Amino acid sequence: MLDQTAVEKLDVEAVNKGAKQKAQPLYAARKRIHPKRAQGTYRRLKWIIMAVTLGIYYITPWLRWDRGPHAPDQAVLIDMANRRFYFFFVEIWPQEFIFIAGLLVMAGVGLFLITSVVGRAWCGYTCPQTVWTDLFLVVERFFEGDRNARIKLDKEPWTGSKITKKAVKHATWLVIAVATGGAWIFYFADAPTLAYDFATGQAPFVAYATVAVLTATTYIFGGIMREQVCIYMCPWPRIQAAMLDENSLVVTYNDWRGEPRMRGQKKAKAQGLVPGDCVDCNACVAVCPTGIDIRDGQQLECITCALCIDACDAVMDKVGHERGLISYATLADYNHNMRIAMGGENTGTIDPSNVRDGNGGFVDAIRGFKWREMLRPRTIIYTAAWAAIGLALLVALGTRDRLEVNVLHDRNPVFTTLSDGSIRNGYTVKILNMVAEPRTITLTLDGLPGALMAINGIDAEPATTFDIPVDPDRLRALRVFVSQPRDMVQSGSTPFTFIVEEGEAGETDIYNANFEAPE
Amino acid sequence: MAEDKKDIDAVSGVETTGHEWDGIKELNNPLPRWWLWTFYATIVWTIGYTIAYPAWPGITGATAGVLGWTSRGQHAQEMEAARAEQAVYLTRIEDADVNTIAADPELVQFAVAGGSSAYKVYCVQCHGSGAAGGEGYPNLNDDDWIWGGTLDDIQYTLMHGIRHEADFDTRFNDMPAYGRDQILDRDQVSDVAWYVRQISGQEHDEAAAERGAETFEIECSACHGVDGEGVPELGGPRLNDAIWLYGGSHAQIVAQINNPQQGVMPAWGERLGETTVKQLAVYVHQLGGGQ
Ligand code: SF4
Ligand code: SF4
Repeated sequence: MLDQTAVEKLDVEAVNKGAKQKAQPLYAARKRIHPKRAQGTYRRLKWIIMAVTLGIYYITPWLRWDRGPHAPDQAVLIDMANRRFYFFFVEIWPQEFIFIAGLLVMAGVGLFLITSVVGRAWCGYTCPQTVWTDLFLVVERFFEGDRNARIKLDKEPWTGSKITKKAVKHATWLVIAVATGGAWIFYFADAPTLAYDFATGQAPFVAYATVAVLTATTYIFGGIMREQVCIYMCPWPRIQAAMLDENSLVVTYNDWRGEPRMRGQKKAKAQGLVPGDCVDCNACVAVCPTGIDIRDGQQLECITCALCIDACDAVMDKVGHERGLISYATLADYNHNMRIAMGGENTGTIDPSNVRDGNGGFVDAIRGFKWREMLRPRTIIYTAAWAAIGLALLVALGTRDRLEVNVLHDRNPVFTTLSDGSIRNGYTVKILNMVAEPRTITLTLDGLPGALMAINGIDAEPATTFDIPVDPDRLRALRVFVSQPRDMVQSGSTPFTFIVEEGEAGETDIYNANFEAPE
Repeated sequence: MAEDKKDIDAVSGVETTGHEWDGIKELNNPLPRWWLWTFYATIVWTIGYTIAYPAWPGITGATAGVLGWTSRGQHAQEMEAARAEQAVYLTRIEDADVNTIAADPELVQFAVAGGSSAYKVYCVQCHGSGAAGGEGYPNLNDDDWIWGGTLDDIQYTLMHGIRHEADFDTRFNDMPAYGRDQILDRDQVSDVAWYVRQISGQEHDEAAAERGAETFEIECSACHGVDGEGVPELGGPRLNDAIWLYGGSHAQIVAQINNPQQGVMPAWGERLGETTVKQLAVYVHQLGGGQ
């Protein structure tokens, strides 16, 4: 075992410590947190996730996707003005919003699944609040140094160098914030055009307003508010409690091997004390972006960023203990191990020798993480629901129509008697050409003996079939009058069909309509 | 709160506010101070808002607000903006005749929308919301037009009305009251009515219709046409079809010959202006029966 003086004790206190010790005012000033830089497996994972998520966010609007001359070539585009949503090879019309709704439901169920398995992984790794705060911290560290340097700087009087450092930091934050807001608007219009218009002051007001609002929120939330957003503003920390159970993996301080925490363990041992693995160095508290002490147990403030795991693992490496004093663990395993540490009873006193086998390892009864534990009815049901919705959406996407006809029957008047005694009904026929090419659609009236159609705006003799040109990716609404000669009219309601057909793609759709006549 | 009165909750180890309801205590996890400041800021905002906008109720009305904003004013502004947008189309409609308008799909779209809303205000009372009319009120959806169904005819009728005496150019005719004024006797009227049933393809008394044919030729054909096909120039309704303004039964026809009901339609030209009338004409024309 290495000398523990190698591990410095950091002067840091959990921000929520006071609540448990001193008399509290009703309103408390925020305690500044200066998170120390962590290094390790989870930090590396988080860098990767940060690069991927930010990359997706900033780059996506610039990807191109050729859809021919009649549709935009932006791979991902929410075209509000024309009410279209483009996602690579998928184009969605407003009435197909079910696909978006389905994706949102999947996102929701996915979140439940992830949370029930690994707690607030969304918060700790992928939430924009976490990712941007991390990015802003990188900037802060770059200009002001790590924790100690920053604490020192904050205490210094306002000298020229301090002002420069702070100014440069805030300026960089603002640049990132503008870029963040800027990237957002590119999802709603052709990115290169909008970028040019935006730079030359020709973009619509709403573009500038959106960028301004998102710049403000990014700067304020990522740079200034940070953990306050997670603790006081976000509803998710409250909801998560319903998704966690005793088998969810959450970042846990393993008291059963850490307590009693102690500095100067050699001396303590010489005095006959049995110290736990925790050397009380506070490294875990110093790295915590929400400024809490994980050793106080699972808390609302913890976003499970796992940085305290990295910090403690580094310490354990140094002092020669196994890693994992702080680890992802389930409450069930933790409770089981705690019972062993307390000698089988809930005595409240932990004796670390209970968990040790004497050869530097743990006794066999100690439980650790097992993949099998992830398979529980809850996670299986979430996964099944998630997959079922996904599958249904894929099937629906694969089989959906790109040619549709919708018909509205005139309600008032339901029918009109013409001078020759024939009966006429009026319909609004809407033909939806949902591909980005102009097409000629054949509209046919079928199943109504002797009846002919006349269409407003189309100069042709009444007939049963019309060739209707429809613009690419557009709906064409027609006023269609169907007349049936007097001697063929049946009283009451007679069903018939409107058929639309497109020759080349062989697409067709029918609408079952009714023809109304006097009783 | 004095130190010694400090009440610590046993389970959470957190101090309570000292408030207790039926054994339920409130933990004091202090709210951040910025939240409090945000709250104060909203109060300040509210005060500013009530000064800037109409807010405080008084006896005769509310304070006006220093910005002078009113919902009426905003409405007027929005209407102004809408009118400015419509002006482009309205000028084009003003400058064009109805047939030119009908040939331009863009103008048709605008005129139909404008005509439809004017229709719903001024015309529904008589012609019905679906323009299907009723007894004494012509159905505008069908192809039977007393005064003609071309765009020009419809526009003229709308401009000058029917039997609207204040308008010198109004459409006018007057069917004699054959029964009331004893121009024809009872039997003659009945016979003519049977004849009218015959030419309109309805059940009739053959012998009576034969007798009525002669009277029809003398008394009726000038206005209703030799074969009862109607004379739109004179406003003589077509009789040899399936459409009846006052009913097509023998009794109803007899009643109309004896003592004709004559409908009146106001002249809209002066009241609505020619631009609106043109839109109304285009709207009515496209309902299905326009010629
Ligand atoms: S306690 Fe650990 S996991 Fe939780 S927020 Fe702090 S550093 Fe991250
Ligand atoms: S848990 Fe680990 S990092 Fe935290 S004080 Fe103990 S030894 Fe240090």
